[in-house]
Amino acid sequence: MNDMAESAALAAADYKSGYKPVWCPGCGDYGVLGAVTRALAILQRPPHEVAVVSGIGCSSRIPAYTSCYGFHGVHGRALAAGTGLKVARPDLTVIVAGGDGDGYSIGGNHFLHACRRNVDLTYIVMDNHVYGMTKGQASPTTEPDWDSKLAPGGTGVRSFHPLVIALAAGANFIARAFSGDSGGAAEIIAQAIRHPGFSFVEVMSPCVTFRPEQKDWKQSVRRTGVPETGDPAQAARRIMTDDGFNIGVLYAGDRPVYARERAATVTPAELEAEFAL
Amino acid sequence: MTAGTLLLDAAARAGLYGLMVRTSGPQIRGGEAAALLRLGPQPLATLDDRFDMLLAIDWQNLHRFADEIPLGPASLIVGDSGEGEAPEALLASGAQAVALPLKKTVKGATGAWVNMVALGFGGAIAGLPVEVLEEALRASWKRNPQALEANLTVLRQGFAFAAGLEGKRPQPLAMPAVAPAGRWLISGNEAAGFGAIRAGVRFVAAYPITPATEVLEWLAPALTRLGGTLLQAEDELASINMIIGAAYGGVPSLTATAGPGLALMTEAIGLAVTAEVPIVIVDVMRGGPSTGIPAKSEQSDLSFAVDGLPGDAPRLVLAPTSIGDCLTTTEWAVRLAEALQAPAIVLSDQFMGQSRAVVDQPPATGGTAQRLVAAANTPGYLRYADTPSGISPMAIPGTPGTTYTADGLEHTEKGIPSSQATDHSRQLDKRERKLMQYDYGPRWADVEGEADLAIITFGSTTGAVREAIARSALQGVGLRLVALRLLAPLQPAALDRALAGVRQVLVVEQNHGGQLLRYLRSRYDLPGRATGLHRPGPLPLRPGELTAAFIDWAAVQGSREGRA
Amino acid sequence: MNPPIQTPSRPETLEELMLQALAMEREAVERYSELADMMQAHNNRDVAELFHKMAGYEQHHVDHILKDMSWPADKATPRYAGVWTAPDGPEVVPIEEMHYLMQPWHALQLALAAEQRAHDFFDALVRNAANDTIRRAAEEMRAEEAEHIELVRAWMEKVPQPDSDWAADPDPPRYID
Ligand SMILES: Cc1ncc(C[n+]2csc(CCOP(=O)(O)OP(=O)(O)O)c2C)c(N)n1
Ligand code: SF4
Repeated sequence: MNDMAESAALAAADYKSGYKPVWCPGCGDYGVLGAVTRALAILQRPPHEVAVVSGIGCSSRIPAYTSCYGFHGVHGRALAAGTGLKVARPDLTVIVAGGDGDGYSIGGNHFLHACRRNVDLTYIVMDNHVYGMTKGQASPTTEPDWDSKLAPGGTGVRSFHPLVIALAAGANFIARAFSGDSGGAAEIIAQAIRHPGFSFVEVMSPCVTFRPEQKDWKQSVRRTGVPETGDPAQAARRIMTDDGFNIGVLYAGDRPVYARERAATVTPAELEAEFAL
Repeated sequence: MTAGTLLLDAAARAGLYGLMVRTSGPQIRGGEAAALLRLGPQPLATLDDRFDMLLAIDWQNLHRFADEIPLGPASLIVGDSGEGEAPEALLASGAQAVALPLKKTVKGATGAWVNMVALGFGGAIAGLPVEVLEEALRASWKRNPQALEANLTVLRQGFAFAAGLEGKRPQPLAMPAVAPAGRWLISGNEAAGFGAIRAGVRFVAAYPITPATEVLEWLAPALTRLGGTLLQAEDELASINMIIGAAYGGVPSLTATAGPGLALMTEAIGLAVTAEVPIVIVDVMRGGPSTGIPAKSEQSDLSFAVDGLPGDAPRLVLAPTSIGDCLTTTEWAVRLAEALQAPAIVLSDQFMGQSRAVVDQPPATGGTAQRLVAAANTPGYLRYADTPSGISPMAIPGTPGTTYTADGLEHTEKGIPSSQATDHSRQLDKRERKLMQYDYGPRWADVEGEADLAIITFGSTTGAVREAIARSALQGVGLRLVALRLLAPLQPAALDRALAGVRQVLVVEQNHGGQLLRYLRSRYDLPGRATGLHRPGPLPLRPGELTAAFIDWAAVQGSREGRA
Repeated sequence: MNPPIQTPSRPETLEELMLQALAMEREAVERYSELADMMQAHNNRDVAELFHKMAGYEQHHVDHILKDMSWPADKATPRYAGVWTAPDGPEVVPIEEMHYLMQPWHALQLALAAEQRAHDFFDALVRNAANDTIRRAAEEMRAEEAEHIELVRAWMEKVPQPDSDWAADPDPPRYID
């Protein structure tokens, strides 16, 4: 067992910045921060070679709480910023993180296209089925009958199924994790980072302030007993038939990864010939 | 269109300068289209008041272009003998009309195109030697050799038609004995793309839009060969955020768009301001607002570019003053953005972007853009340090010991979100100061002449204004030209110097509301009683009408002075 | 290659047992410190202080193990992550039980439950021990947890029981970004 010991070179704590999160005590996002830092410790990637990119929302505050390079952009556009960064700087490990409102509502179009583009990114959505930062409105993953100020009695609108949409759109790795299982989530995130292409990790992360009933998720979650699959049809069946509480890797594919790395074959001065008379 | 392109190419080969503007109907394929050419021995930055000749292969829907193709009694209208009379709208100009058997010439000549007859004829009218026209056709030919021969034959036949028109035809141009050295044939959109590359841009993300798409079409293969990337994004919200991400990663980045796309980018431009990420947006302006008039030129995004962001958001706004200058100004914009860690908007327009011209080789401005970068392991690194210049070293991801989080939230010097008044005003001051204090050098404007009456303009209108000022001078009216290249931040001290001794200014621009006039008035005390001359697109401001207006305006200023 | 994840199975050697214990105690230190920070950032000083103290106790436990085994302070442990019987390590207090207005009494309840889980964990090891050495070590650890339980109980005697409306806050949550 000893030879399998984790290297002591970089510990999870080395990936934390020391700034105290503004999150409500009890928020699931603390567990996600723990999981991300643990995952990076598993991978032993130096913090300065990692960039954490986010949008706006409670969950999107995560970059500054890590000791990595961080980018806290505008609401809904984290995947775009992360894509630009990764394509321009393929040497970096790029993690994009945010909430369900940020990723599936205002940023929904980018989500679809990031899945299909399959750039080598890891996208972590801290899904709490609510807009936390703006005081508790329904998000795309909110249940249709959930009562809120802006939708008394519920929105009446069917909730969005991010995992199956990610699969259909072409994501190369799809997993569900739970913030209350920080260690398990860390393993999944580490695997997601290692997996080539667009890796999507939906983390169930309770909002104790606006959805206190989500504290009970702990009682419902369970690890998927089944081994991961690379067969999209099988993955689709699994994702569509589970009750939303199976945590683990649900799909690990080998779709071609977006790659645009190439060497220069001309200098700008040589391009002038095209215009010169 | 092909005939126009080849004619411009032939003129270039003959040592002339030239300009070709395209205009077309709303159809995707097979619609009416016209190539508007002006050729001459000097560089040309604008179309003239009238065309010497209109050569129509058919008359279908040609009346739609009547406004865009002004003719006069000295002009010649040439149509096909099988197509009947020229439309009334064109004949009303008093131009002479002749009919030629254009289509008949290609009947039976397998593989021959009627527009090659037109090329031969048009070239002859312009005074080009037939060999040069043949050379241009040969150089562009990509199909089979038999068809080339057929087309060369009809080209020569077209050329011969000009012989029968003595007395009716316009004066042919004199060919220069030696072709001037160092000329380029380029469009404004290509020039903008090349300027970006010369300054070091290696990442471009964009969403296609008329009339900016050619910037991207030129850049895509060029970037590939340079080891860079052009990424077609899902929309402009994505493209702008992608380039911000790439630029944050240390790679000079750019996007190109038009008004509707620029509108979508607004929020992220503010992010680039606050997070201090250098990016360049080339806005090839078209008729607006909304989808407006997509393929026609207008200078109506100026107000939005200089003022259209929520919050106090200092940014760079530049406008090239000619097609060749699209290269130099875009290059400069990239340099400025990188040096100042701020977003730069380049206001090109459809006229410059989509027109192709023979221009003098744009000057090499030397070197790629430089960003002030933080050294590895800088002790106590502060990303947003409040330095005297306002510019603070930027850590590039991958550098050890300087990690930080770039933030669109107001922040402390370290980058930690803050809503405190002191942090806010300190960072606002810093971001404004870095743009205001920078030494932009002489390139901020083209200032020409010493007269006490000045015309202020910007962008593609500069070409027509400059020509009108030259014509006014021939009529004894002296005018000074101030063509702004750096629109924001406005340079009050430089303007003071440029306008020293000026009594009155006239602000000329192509939009409905007089946006430049309003902008200048809001930021600067213009001398005298500033007036504006502005008209929206799609019709260009022509040198003749401007000359007339300038002379009238100068006369009023003169008499006003006299009364005083 | 990364080491595969270990299931904390029945330890076969003393070393294995102590590694499991070390991992568990370290998790507890880390979690209590995190909870203390959380409370500090939300101006709940009493509970922050309490969690700091708890982190200190657990750190004693860590030090104890290191000393007994003559291990260095940075002794690496296997990755048991996510494979304890509960999602987190047995001795950690779950994050989602935190509340910004919670009182020491609540915090102690949670600590008590965590200590109880730790106690049960070692108790199971005592009952399933592979040999006498392991049994003795597990018994010792169980005894330490029992001591902690007593300590927390005694502490609870000294803190007031909260009112039924302890969580009432007249101010609604704030809108931030
Ligand atoms: C363009 C824009 N629209 C609206 C907002 C306000 N806003 C901030 S965060 C947010 C929703 C956040 O919800 P989610 O992404 O689920 O994150 P959570 O706070 O739940 O972690 C909204 C609507 C904004 N910042 N920008
Ligand atoms: S409002 Fe909800 S999501 Fe936001 S920090 Fe609080 S608990 Fe977390």
